[in-house]
Amino acid sequence: MAELELRAVSKSFRDQHVLRDISLQIPDGSFTILLGPSGCGKSTLLRIIAGLDSQTSGQVLIDGRPVDHLPPAERDIAMVFQQYALYPHLSVRENLAFALKMRRVPRDRIETRIAEAAQLLDIQPLLDRKPKELSGGQRQRVAMGRAIVRKPKLFLFDEPLSNLDAQLRTSTRIELKKLQQRLRATMIYVTHDQVEAMTLGDRIVVIEGGRIHQADDPQQTYTAPADPFVASFIGTPPMNLWEGTLRTEGTKSLFEGGDMTFSLPARLLPALSSPASPITLGIRPEDISLQETSPSLRIEAQVELIEDLGADLLIHCRVGHLKLVARAGRTNGIATGVSVPFFFPLNSLHLFIDQRRTELPDLPT
Amino acid sequence: MKRRMLLGLGIFLSVGLSLLPFLWFVLTSFKSQADIESIPPTWWPSGNLGFYRTALFDHRLFDYAFNSLVVAGSTTILALLLAIPAAYALARLTVPGKRGVLAVLLCVSMFPQMAIAGPIWRLLDSMGGLNHRWGVVLPYVALTLPLAIWILASFFKELPPELEDAARIDGCGPWSTLFRITLPLATPGIFTAAILILIYAWNEFFFALLILTQPEQQTLPVGIALFQGEFTMPWGELAAASVVATLPLIVVVLLCQRWIVSGLSAGAVKG
Repeated sequence: MAELELRAVSKSFRDQHVLRDISLQIPDGSFTILLGPSGCGKSTLLRIIAGLDSQTSGQVLIDGRPVDHLPPAERDIAMVFQQYALYPHLSVRENLAFALKMRRVPRDRIETRIAEAAQLLDIQPLLDRKPKELSGGQRQRVAMGRAIVRKPKLFLFDEPLSNLDAQLRTSTRIELKKLQQRLRATMIYVTHDQVEAMTLGDRIVVIEGGRIHQADDPQQTYTAPADPFVASFIGTPPMNLWEGTLRTEGTKSLFEGGDMTFSLPARLLPALSSPASPITLGIRPEDISLQETSPSLRIEAQVELIEDLGADLLIHCRVGHLKLVARAGRTNGIATGVSVPFFFPLNSLHLFIDQRRTELPDLPT
Repeated sequence: MKRRMLLGLGIFLSVGLSLLPFLWFVLTSFKSQADIESIPPTWWPSGNLGFYRTALFDHRLFDYAFNSLVVAGSTTILALLLAIPAAYALARLTVPGKRGVLAVLLCVSMFPQMAIAGPIWRLLDSMGGLNHRWGVVLPYVALTLPLAIWILASFFKELPPELEDAARIDGCGPWSTLFRITLPLATPGIFTAAILILIYAWNEFFFALLILTQPEQQTLPVGIALFQGEFTMPWGELAAASVVATLPLIVVVLLCQRWIVSGLSAGAVKG
């Protein structure tokens, strides 16, 4: 059990900045997800926490104590690797025992810890096999077991589920969540999969281009993304984002994007710094409605393609040059080629000015 | 069916052709002097063991074998001790100009031995290494190192680096990572390199002849070659001695065969 703090951690290779000024506080017993596209620096950050790589500047503190000078083994962390990294020449039992042996834990204590972990993960029958005799899912469990027997201060996971097939990934995800709740351990989990991030984490840290875009709980990350990147990265299909400019004309505020212009209710808008500010307007496909149930923006769009997901439909449309995706129930004969009015509830609009989220005033529904 | 027969025939011919000289030597070693000299040649030997007796006891073959064992054994051990860390560094660390180093290594091993014989002789002369067994071990190590480093480096590269990361997190320092994780996994590569070095050092003739002029230090190939008198060619004894000299290698290779075969193919197929 431990808390972790990162203070202005930066990492660069030659003149390439991989991480810039990462500051983060990870409380004891929390499940934190580092989420971002591949190459965003999230794995590097994990390796720096583990001590496998060193940062160019900044500090890593575990339980308030700087650990930068400590080798990985002395940081009391366990890591589960993407490729599992089980020692191929050792049996499952020896794999589990390895770190404890290195730490000179007495033999009988090692045996009890292995027995506990094996029971927890349901791998008792596999203990005497070699890794090559295990399936992908079983290897994954052994890799977790190797972390659990250590009883470390901190668990680090580097995309541990990405090598499993979809079904196994879902079930393992649930088990992992249960495991974390049971162990009440501090876990840091790297993934590029936003579904994993939303379902597993108490907190999601969205990283892109080597910097933190947002660190929030999953619900907040979804409902109030800090910038257009987070908005587009979280949620499937991604949020509709329209870039354009905002212009005030008399009492009206006009949004101009591509070849279309429409007016936004003036009360929606905060004071703008310049007469024509670049803004990004966003709305989630699931917030778009076919009926006006609350004060809404009405947008006429041309239906181009309908994807049937079974439970509902994804309607791909075009508004001038702008693309729009709406999620709707299987309803009232929408067909490709026709023009349909869509309603954007004002409460569900997201507004980003200079790439930063701008809170809209609450509107009565 | 026809293709299979052709293939079988091809295999039989090529294996037969490479084995024929060896087979002929084995047969010759058991013949009598009269059988050896008869024209047309007699194929089947009379089962004479006399040549073995002379080769082993009159020609101090045991001494030569002992020298060969010392020379080839220490060459193998020394070359591996140097090659393992070098290969590991080249495979794992960010060494500037790493590819260049590997290319130069390969070029070095292509150097004609005749060209470096003179310099090596003078070097050893000034070091006092002539007529010492270590005097041949040094050039052998130098000449086998490039190949050993190449084989081992390609082996180490095949091992996933995550294993070493895991070992570091589990509490291993660089040395215990090397001994507990990397080396056990690279055994096929180490065996392959060891066998190739051993065969080279066991069979090497030129430097041994050049550096070891006293019979007390000479190795098997040189010792056997010097059976030859000024006017005589003792075919029978040569054959018997060669068979005796080859046997230990065959035994070692057969014992390690499992390892070598997986070693030679492991670079190509991910295992």
